[in-house]
Amino acid sequence: MKLKRVVPLLAIIALLVGVLAACSPKSGGSNGKTVIEIGSQSPLSGGSATLGDAIRLGAKLAIEDRQKEFEKKGFQIKLKDLDDQGDPKKGVANAQILASDKDVLAVVGHLNSGVAIPSSEVYNKNNLAMVSPATTATVVTDRKLPTVNRICARDDFQGPAGANFAVKTLKAKKIFVIQDKTAYGSGLAEQFRDQAKKLGAEIVGYEGITVGEKDFNGVLSQAVAKKPDLIYFGGVYAEGGLIIKQARQKGFDGPIMGGDGLDSSSTVQIAGDSVKGVYLTSVAGDVSKTEKGQAFAKKYKKEFGKNVESYSAYGYDAAGVILEGLMKAIDGNDDKKPTREQVTKAIRSVQNYDGVTTKVSLDDKGDNKYAKVYIYNFAEAKYPPVQKAEISQ
Amino acid sequence: MLAHIIQNLPQVLIDGLTLGVVYAVVAIGYTMVYGILELINFAHGDVFMTGAFMGAIVLFLLMGMGFLAALPAILVFIIVIVIAAIATGLLGVGIERVAYRPLRKKNAPKLIALITSIGISFVLEDLVRFIAELKTGNYIVTAPPMFNHKFTLNLHSALPFFNNATFQSSFLLVLIVTIIMLIALDLFVNKTKWGMAMRAVAQDRDTASLMTINVNRVISVTFFIGSALGGATGVLFMIQYGTIDPYIGFVLGIKAFTAAVLGGIGNIRGAMFGGVMLGLLEMFAASNLSIITHGAMGAEYKDVFAFIILILVLIFKPEGLFGKAVVEKV
Repeated sequence: MKLKRVVPLLAIIALLVGVLAACSPKSGGSNGKTVIEIGSQSPLSGGSATLGDAIRLGAKLAIEDRQKEFEKKGFQIKLKDLDDQGDPKKGVANAQILASDKDVLAVVGHLNSGVAIPSSEVYNKNNLAMVSPATTATVVTDRKLPTVNRICARDDFQGPAGANFAVKTLKAKKIFVIQDKTAYGSGLAEQFRDQAKKLGAEIVGYEGITVGEKDFNGVLSQAVAKKPDLIYFGGVYAEGGLIIKQARQKGFDGPIMGGDGLDSSSTVQIAGDSVKGVYLTSVAGDVSKTEKGQAFAKKYKKEFGKNVESYSAYGYDAAGVILEGLMKAIDGNDDKKPTREQVTKAIRSVQNYDGVTTKVSLDDKGDNKYAKVYIYNFAEAKYPPVQKAEISQ
Repeated sequence: MLAHIIQNLPQVLIDGLTLGVVYAVVAIGYTMVYGILELINFAHGDVFMTGAFMGAIVLFLLMGMGFLAALPAILVFIIVIVIAAIATGLLGVGIERVAYRPLRKKNAPKLIALITSIGISFVLEDLVRFIAELKTGNYIVTAPPMFNHKFTLNLHSALPFFNNATFQSSFLLVLIVTIIMLIALDLFVNKTKWGMAMRAVAQDRDTASLMTINVNRVISVTFFIGSALGGATGVLFMIQYGTIDPYIGFVLGIKAFTAAVLGGIGNIRGAMFGGVMLGLLEMFAASNLSIITHGAMGAEYKDVFAFIILILVLIFKPEGLFGKAVVEKV
């Protein structure tokens, strides 16, 4: 009789002890320091994993670099890196995970605008600040959410900058535009098309392709038949690399231009020698141009055994902005752990932060006043391409 | 408008044929299994993908040993395609053994086998992704350029209403190899003893087993041939397009299945015809749709166009173009 009651009681006690044991190390922190986590969300698997992993590693390096400063104040910063798979559904689910973890005070992310937009709604509801290294779609910051920031340029700056270069410098009169029907690709292609039209170029075609396919010969034979001076592609390298390759196979020798989605070593890998003569606009600057950048690239290589990708330094700087804001929030809170609201405000107020690749001053929308667009050219089948021009706002 | 379409026609035919023969060989894998087991083997698209990756592995191994420089490209290609085809063929037999035969023994409903095949397709996709990512850190695999000599078909001087068409030598390779495979398969099914056994099992499994035909072995052979053809096509796909990822099997599998239905599922010649027709339709739509509709519908609607044609065919001929017209299945 009694045993029957004792067993469940013991079971419940065991469960409670287990729960308490699981909780305790977190609040205590390792070696007595308070843990603050910074979330990171980018695609670590899937088609754009090369770019997503670069962001994660950049952020990791930034945290390691400034760990000492925080340790002095009694804090330990940890990176909580999640894989959003470039998928909006996964991004939102991850955002919920980050929001429910009370130690997470800010997020570095995302790579894709399509993922950042719904995920940031979750962040905003939970007062969780996000600093994006790479989302360029205009609507990301146009919603004027207090938690949403980015350090890169916007599509309504990138697209037209590309069009200016194509029409004025490359003297393209007939342009064929291809886009991949995603929020990023079609947004960029439209911005490009409108500006090119304004400058007097003729748009001889505006076509869409399906992400995930490998054969774009149909669209390209239509494009080549119209004999354009330039083909523009709004989309990412998985399709872009193949479009470049197949266009060259069809005998198109003119310049092909794309956005920052092509700014990856995988473009060269997929397109091979065909990549010669490809131009791209990118919101990411070439780190090897400055001494600071070269030092960063060396350190990155030493730490992770990989070469820097375009967004590595942006991941680093986005995390840098967060840490800058965090430090300010800690200072303003008598060296105690700040709340999410305080961190959000402190990050938005970051001015003239001098990062590895870009200076950062966030305006009232969360855009970076110093964001620039860079134009690159592949002169040979080698990554990174050569920087041709640098355009500031 | 018509002039534009005609000008582009040779190029469209070349590109459509390349895509079409790939669909055709993959469609055969669907149609053979359906003919014998009345099972839609959804994993077949991913068997095709696995074949492409196996080809890539063999190719990189040969490259590592320096064969690619030493041997003529065509010899390397033959080694790669044969090894990949045998390996995927065995994979197909293994899938049948592990996943479908136990179900068949227990007389499980056909729907269960169908769901199992969808499960297997996920397993294959993620397994290949995992291995590729482990090995290269990035699961988009790019093959070294082979057979990329460019030809220009100078039609314009002979027939002035056509534009010139260009293609790569890989196009010829894809075309020749698939045609060899299709003819060999047709001969195998119609002229050999094993082919006859397959046709017998397709007609009536129980009666065939009474006639001393080892039904299980015939089914294994069918899976081997269907998967080996799929795997070989995967290698061709890799050489033609240069880039493969673990998800190429999904879209292509659905289209190949459609081609099999279009030709009349269970009929091999129907699958060949359906595949080529679907490839041509798709390519035609991709390059001409915006001309036909004056820009209202762009190339992105090519699949809609191709599938509307499919629906139209099926409305008037629900058994598919070649279904029932030929009595024998398989």
